[in-house]
Amino acid sequence: MDYKFDFGPVWDGMPGLLMGCLGTLYLALAGMVLATIIGIGGVILRDSRFPPFRWLIKSFVELIRNTPFLVQCYFIFFALPLLGEQLGVLMFDFGLTDKAGNVLRLSPTATAVIALGVNGGAYAIEIIRGGVQAVSKGQIEAGLALGLHRAQVFRLIVLKPALRAIYPSLTSQFTLLTLTTSVASAIAAYELTSVAEDINGRTFRTFEIYFTVTLMYLAISTLMALLFNAISRRYFSYPVK
Amino acid sequence: MATATIANSTQSTSPMIAMEHVEKWYGAYKALSDINLTVRTGEKIVLCGPSGSGKSTLIRCINHLEAYSKGRILVGGVQLGESAKTIDAVRREVGMVFQQFNLFPHLTILQNCTLSPMRTRGLSKIQAEATARRLLERVRILEQADKYPAQLSGGQQQRVAIARALCMEPKVMLFDEPTSALDPEMVKEVLDTMISLADDGMTMIVVTHEMGFARQVADRVIFMAEGSIVEEGPPAEFFTNPKHDRTKKFLGEILRGH
Ligand SMILES: Nc1ncnc2c1ncn2[C@@H]1O[C@H](COP(=O)(O)OP(=O)(O)O)[C@@H](O)[C@H]1O
Ligand SMILES: [Mg+2]
Repeated sequence: MDYKFDFGPVWDGMPGLLMGCLGTLYLALAGMVLATIIGIGGVILRDSRFPPFRWLIKSFVELIRNTPFLVQCYFIFFALPLLGEQLGVLMFDFGLTDKAGNVLRLSPTATAVIALGVNGGAYAIEIIRGGVQAVSKGQIEAGLALGLHRAQVFRLIVLKPALRAIYPSLTSQFTLLTLTTSVASAIAAYELTSVAEDINGRTFRTFEIYFTVTLMYLAISTLMALLFNAISRRYFSYPVK
Repeated sequence: MATATIANSTQSTSPMIAMEHVEKWYGAYKALSDINLTVRTGEKIVLCGPSGSGKSTLIRCINHLEAYSKGRILVGGVQLGESAKTIDAVRREVGMVFQQFNLFPHLTILQNCTLSPMRTRGLSKIQAEATARRLLERVRILEQADKYPAQLSGGQQQRVAIARALCMEPKVMLFDEPTSALDPEMVKEVLDTMISLADDGMTMIVVTHEMGFARQVADRVIFMAEGSIVEEGPPAEFFTNPKHDRTKKFLGEILRGH
């Protein structure tokens, strides 16, 4: 009852918190771009005529959707470099070790982007695939009859209506991805939650800090919603029946 | 192969389309059996028959939307299906108009018409748009060039679909029930467009039950049932003096329905 609100430490930490917001935005945007690339590429392979590709993507999606995101982060951050050590010289060729053979661990931020992209990508594959299947067969046939190749039909005719059809699901998945960036504080990636934890550890102004951070996440989500709407207006606003 | 080339070099007599002993199987179901059909340059064929008789399957084999199972199909002397290249070559020469129009909803009318000429024939945007505008003018819909398909009526969309196919400068046009999905008041505008195309000498195969169109335009009417060609002949003879009972029964049903 005699707890006195004191936003002083929050105010002192504001530059750090705002930088943390930028870090979160960076992780979210980079993660979404990677997830979109994995999503679209995955759909192409998932429905390719080459069975090993289909099988590979199916397993990838199952693996990612049935394991926790935090474990995926740890795996990329700790386990992959160890795996790399076992492979030794080979990894040097890929730029993952220095000349002495020491394993170069990915930076926390790079790890977080990859983890967010891979995780979001697995969900995006399933979502985008639904959109592709919703495009009528007649559209594909009209494209083929006009002499376009299968890849051109996908890129020029199928993709945009498919993305439009599932845009609401994809953006809600990406809002989730934005909020999931906070999990990356576990590997000390630079983002809002890790800045908040740092200030909290020094000042113990827990309520004030997380109250402020909550508002900041709300603001970030709102910003994302505005971005999603702008993209929708720019690319998906053609009239349909 | 050499003899085939020689035979085809006699341009005036070589058919535009030749189907020889063509069969099409869907698994264990035989959709086409022993189809033999020769279409001369400039000839107009109307294909009719009950639902499920294989009309769509037949014309979709001609541009390889369906792979045929047996026999051979030559389009402009090119044997279809020997390699992927022959399929490309044939699709560039054969235009198709579908029952459901199949315009691309995310592209404007003009973009619908320029997409493939720019991608497959390497036309510049300026060239492709000039051709597209000329052909949209021809189907009397140029004023809608910057609209999207959903903003047009069914009849207008089908005329755009015809213009879009013509932009590829095809030698043959295939129509699969082009007026069946239209409201009755829009059928005429589409048929008129097709008649004017026929008057210009286009080689056409039209699946339709519009018997007025068949009488006016067709050189030959072909009747199919259960995957086979049952009867064919010039419209005057076909309509007034059908030989097979199946044909008589079909014509009776069609005429009662109108
Ligand atoms: N993709 C397909 N798979 C299996 N059967 C099919 C397929 N397409 C058509 N068929 C069958 O082939 C027959 C001929 O179909 P179709 O050519 O569409 O007839 P039509 O156009 O004369 O109505 C029908 O019995 C139809 O059910
Ligand atoms: Mg049909």
